[in-house]
Amino acid sequence: MTRRLAYFVMGFVVWMLLVYTLHYQEVIAGAGVALLTAAFFGQYLPVKPSRLLNPVRWFWLLVYIPVFSYMCLKCNIDVALRVLSPGLQIRPGIVKIRTSLKTEIARVFLANSITLTPGTMTVELKDDVLYIHWIEVGSSDMATASKAIIGPFEYFLARIFD
Amino acid sequence: MTILIVILSFGAFFCLYRALQGPSIPDRAIAVDIMTVIFSSITALMALKYKLAYLIDLSIALAIISFVGTLALAKYLEGRSLDD
Amino acid sequence: MIEVLSWVSLCTGVGFTLLGCIGLVRFPDLYNRMQAATKCVTLGTCGIMLGIFLKTGFCALGVKALVCALFVLITVPVAAHALARGSLIFGVKLWKGTVKDEFTDDRGGESIIDDK
Repeated sequence: MTRRLAYFVMGFVVWMLLVYTLHYQEVIAGAGVALLTAAFFGQYLPVKPSRLLNPVRWFWLLVYIPVFSYMCLKCNIDVALRVLSPGLQIRPGIVKIRTSLKTEIARVFLANSITLTPGTMTVELKDDVLYIHWIEVGSSDMATASKAIIGPFEYFLARIFD
Repeated sequence: MTILIVILSFGAFFCLYRALQGPSIPDRAIAVDIMTVIFSSITALMALKYKLAYLIDLSIALAIISFVGTLALAKYLEGRSLDD
Repeated sequence: MIEVLSWVSLCTGVGFTLLGCIGLVRFPDLYNRMQAATKCVTLGTCGIMLGIFLKTGFCALGVKALVCALFVLITVPVAAHALARGSLIFGVKLWKGTVKDEFTDDRGGESIIDDK
């Protein structure tokens, strides 16, 4: 039940941001639609509702955003230089790494973060193993590759979601 | 502002080249996906230029629709049905 | 000040989008193209939306632009991941300079690295 309530609140907030007015018709329509979606899909919410109210996790999320933006910008400049350099400066390959994150949602966020940062793209996520397409293979050893790719993210994501 | 829109259109033109030329089906799919995202940002810029707030709704809808289309094609390539 | 910041954001976004598209044309195989295209275009779109938000402030247009940036930030990597996995299983060839492919090795199929 709390799962459905959390889902309803989140859906309603997204709706209010999308219409961005306080006209009573929009509010009633949004409440109706959010109620329906919560009734049908509320049980699939991948986070425990009690965790959503923990301020420490929100604080770490706020810290994570600038760190992630910095990494993202760095990676994009790197890829842009590869695009512009004459001759192809790439040495691609698919490597396998292991993560220590426990929950499903944390792993999904890790996969998305990897896809958006330095020359790496998640290809497959199976339990705690991730297959990564790397544009410049640095090391084929699993432990070293894991440290190079997911080192900075795992620290923050463990504090946000686990 | 007009110059930015023209530059983005050149980007969309490169994507169109890849969509026509691409040797395999996923090549074309990713080109069309990226092209739709570029169109969504062009629409947002036009909303800013002509002060028409409703165009940004179109931009959100374009971004979501391209996502659903690409996902459906990916499922088809894996040889699975759409419901697992 | 905010005006200047918003123009910087818009121009960076457009520049990265254009670079991503050039990468889409230049790189040799599907997976590398996907790398360049998804990363640069995602950052580019987020930059453009952030620029619009900074230009308009807290009105309907700006807030909706931020929501759109959030959607793009979540959906484009997921779409790229699903498409990459699908085409690896489908058997689209990797470029001939590819160093290793542990995914196909672990699945037990024959190598799909291009040998031409």
